[in-house]
Amino acid sequence: MQTQVIIRILGILLMIFSLAMVPPIIVSFQFGDGGGLAFFTAFVISLVLGLILFLPRKNVRGELRTRDGFLVVILFWGVLSFMGAVPLYLGDIPNFGVSDAVFESFSGLTTTGATVISGLDSLSHSILFYRQQLQWMGGMGIIVLAVAVLPMLGIGGMQLYRAETPGPVKDAKLTPRIAGTAKALWYIYFGLTVACALSYWFAGMTLFDAISHSFSTIAIGGFSTHDKSIGWFNSTEIELICSVFMLIAGVNFSLHFIAVRRLSLSSYFNDTEFKVYLSILIAVILIAVGILVYHEYYDFSEAVVKAIFHTVSIGTTTGFATDDFTLWPIFLPVLLLFVSFIGGCAGSTGGGMKVIRILLLFKQGTREIKRLIHPNAIFKIRISGTAVPEKIVESVWGFFATYIVLFFIFMLILMADGHDQITAYSAVAACMNNLGPGLGEVAANYSGLSDLSKWVLSLAMLFGRLEIFTLLVLFSPDFWRS
Amino acid sequence: MKIIILGAGQVGGTLAVSLAGEDNDITLVDTNPKKLRALQDQLDLRTIVGYGSHPHILRQAGAEDADMVIAVTNSDETNMIACQVAYSVFNTPTKIARIRSPHYLKEKTLFNSDNLPVDVVISPEQLVVKHIHRLIENPGALQVMDFAEGLLRLVAVKAYYGGLLVGNTLSTLRSHMPNIEARVAAIFRRGKAIMPTGDTVIEADDEVFFIAASHHIRQIMGELQKLENPYKKIMIAGGGNIGRGLARALQDKYYVKLLEMNAKQAMAISDDLDDTIVLHGDASNQQLLVDENIDQMDVFIAVTNKDEANIMSAMLAKRLGARKTMVLINRPAYTDLLQGNEIDIAVSPQSTTTSILLTHIRRGDVANVYTLRRGAAEAMEAVAHGTEDTSKVVGRAIGEIDLPKGTTIGAIVRGEKVIIAHHNIVIQSDDHVILFLVDKKYVGEVERLFQVDLTFF
Repeated sequence: MQTQVIIRILGILLMIFSLAMVPPIIVSFQFGDGGGLAFFTAFVISLVLGLILFLPRKNVRGELRTRDGFLVVILFWGVLSFMGAVPLYLGDIPNFGVSDAVFESFSGLTTTGATVISGLDSLSHSILFYRQQLQWMGGMGIIVLAVAVLPMLGIGGMQLYRAETPGPVKDAKLTPRIAGTAKALWYIYFGLTVACALSYWFAGMTLFDAISHSFSTIAIGGFSTHDKSIGWFNSTEIELICSVFMLIAGVNFSLHFIAVRRLSLSSYFNDTEFKVYLSILIAVILIAVGILVYHEYYDFSEAVVKAIFHTVSIGTTTGFATDDFTLWPIFLPVLLLFVSFIGGCAGSTGGGMKVIRILLLFKQGTREIKRLIHPNAIFKIRISGTAVPEKIVESVWGFFATYIVLFFIFMLILMADGHDQITAYSAVAACMNNLGPGLGEVAANYSGLSDLSKWVLSLAMLFGRLEIFTLLVLFSPDFWRS
Repeated sequence: MKIIILGAGQVGGTLAVSLAGEDNDITLVDTNPKKLRALQDQLDLRTIVGYGSHPHILRQAGAEDADMVIAVTNSDETNMIACQVAYSVFNTPTKIARIRSPHYLKEKTLFNSDNLPVDVVISPEQLVVKHIHRLIENPGALQVMDFAEGLLRLVAVKAYYGGLLVGNTLSTLRSHMPNIEARVAAIFRRGKAIMPTGDTVIEADDEVFFIAASHHIRQIMGELQKLENPYKKIMIAGGGNIGRGLARALQDKYYVKLLEMNAKQAMAISDDLDDTIVLHGDASNQQLLVDENIDQMDVFIAVTNKDEANIMSAMLAKRLGARKTMVLINRPAYTDLLQGNEIDIAVSPQSTTTSILLTHIRRGDVANVYTLRRGAAEAMEAVAHGTEDTSKVVGRAIGEIDLPKGTTIGAIVRGEKVIIAHHNIVIQSDDHVILFLVDKKYVGEVERLFQVDLTFF
């Protein structure tokens, strides 16, 4: 284990992360809300801590091995999530304990969007902005950002990149060099965010709200600056704009990359995952419209808008809401939670298990049936016209099984902590899938949970964001044996 | 530069290692995902699984805007077709292919844009043959590199007790040999580079790199070690392309014996080479070596395609009394283990091949590149162009040029004239400048030094 090298990198990262406190300070000056001090303190703490870790190891050099990569990624996420909690804890949020701050920070960086704060509308602008910004940084991935800006992560960067990329296929690079790939991803991400912010602005949001919401929309996060989320704006236009951008952000970013480079949309429609992603969402929207109209919940046109918005929001694991969807006929909220297990496409900012994995599981299921009919035939699983290596297919099964087992463990812990089954089930699902809002006690926010539950759910969010195995290797004794 | 390398074997892999460290976008193509995976973990490059000559694989690898395709798969035919595809479909500017078979290499009209569009043909076996040939011509040298069509040579020698200069400062070299000009470019002491100055004292076991006109090399080597007699009797183990080529090149001037295990192959070689004694037998057979007077041999060269067999037979030959042993070693890790004990010189086919390829990859007008010490150091022959205003070197005295750290200018070749570098010599346009870089890290800066400002064109 290259402990010294890892600590050195961590130090550099903390120093860079301290810069994340600068925009909220500027916002605080802009609005004169007096929240700047907390951020300035956090800025100093992060910078000094980074220097303490970095300076003694200034000249340490070494190459990261695969194993070190896992540790670096987890430390990045863990340490930054705790560091991110500092200004929230120091800020002026009423009744805000350590576990609340940590939960909020994890929820932000993992783009979950679950909040323990009620009364967002009365908070200072700087804190509101900071929460959105945390989601934006976590959306494309802290590592991807670090790889893009730190040339020193070039060698060994692939290990880190692989540990963070969502989806079963981890080796696909857009450009030969890892830094180039990371930059390309961030350009697309940044471009989408700007487009989204402008659209919101034209649709009538204030500039502050437009920027804030564009951050959490493109990151598929779900934080809002209002308790009533997108519903606060009460505008069909904004709901539809939001739906479109969530939909775009839930697509594999390498498809966007190819589309931009070739200036054609053919890359999308040649991609099986994208087609399945779209089909699932359309099917769920149709069902939702049917149910809502059948139960006479809304008139037809309103039902269509609400169904589209909530299906896309929950299906991509964003977690925005315009209405209390938990009060809909219970079939729908549960269906939507199930859809959130599928989540976005691989290589997107969305959470869940990813469409491609579900697709592979489904294809493998049908292959078993075909094998029963033709015992001697050889069937290959194909996606977008190419055969998928058996190794990946196997790993998807491993992932699925572990995901479900962890889900049950977390759910049981929550129930042992005294929460009812609906709450436990939906809270764990919402956190592991990086969705956000749940049902029951956690329908509006998570402030009613005990501290233990908040810590457990914070861990669940990290498991979800790092796709289980990256984090799980730490619990393996083999990992620590040299 | 955007470079596509086809084939992740020994040559492709080493090349990727040395190029990825510089400012290049590398895409590596191979049919074996395991090899690619290993290289991807270690280096910052993109890998693609597939047949390198297939157009869709090349397109996937980014051939549409690639600057160079280097085809080094283990099949000559694949390499040639890949270059053809790169030329016809993608219009790639530079296409390099490794061609092994001498039957293709013999045809002079084959490789040009009308027929097989390969810009640079590299044949590792021929390069190794030339390399070993130079070593034999310069007994005692660890490595001999030609510059300016052989006018000038850079030689690596180990300093031994008994050499006149050992224990003295470099500045005494001039008083020993007033008529001979040479320059010590670098000294490696226990693996670490020392930048030589006039006060540097040469110690025994130092690896000294010096530059001099080709006909002066022998005298200078005498300063560093007890001068060896020229070689006369040579035994070669292994009758493959290298062994055979070597025997053919040496048989006129030297007394050559060649050992080949395979009877049929031995017969074929015997038909081909009439001045060489071809022996059928195992190079690690002690009795055979003794019967063939191994103790009388000046050099034993092991060039079979098995590293381990080469090493063992060379150690045996040394034990039985061969004066010098040279061994072909593919695995770089073995080289470190061995050189300097029973094995006098380890020859690495990759480093000779990489050197040639680097010549074409370096920016600016570069005539020769040699990688040294497993890619850590580099010797380069760059041509200065432009005027005082457009170039950073032309019109300036060597002492004034802002050279990167660890870089020395060893010599200049102006037309046919060899000028050993002094700090007051002024570089002119079209001079060939021979540089020595102790640390390859600074290659980019050296390249920039020799690039002409765009206003020149």
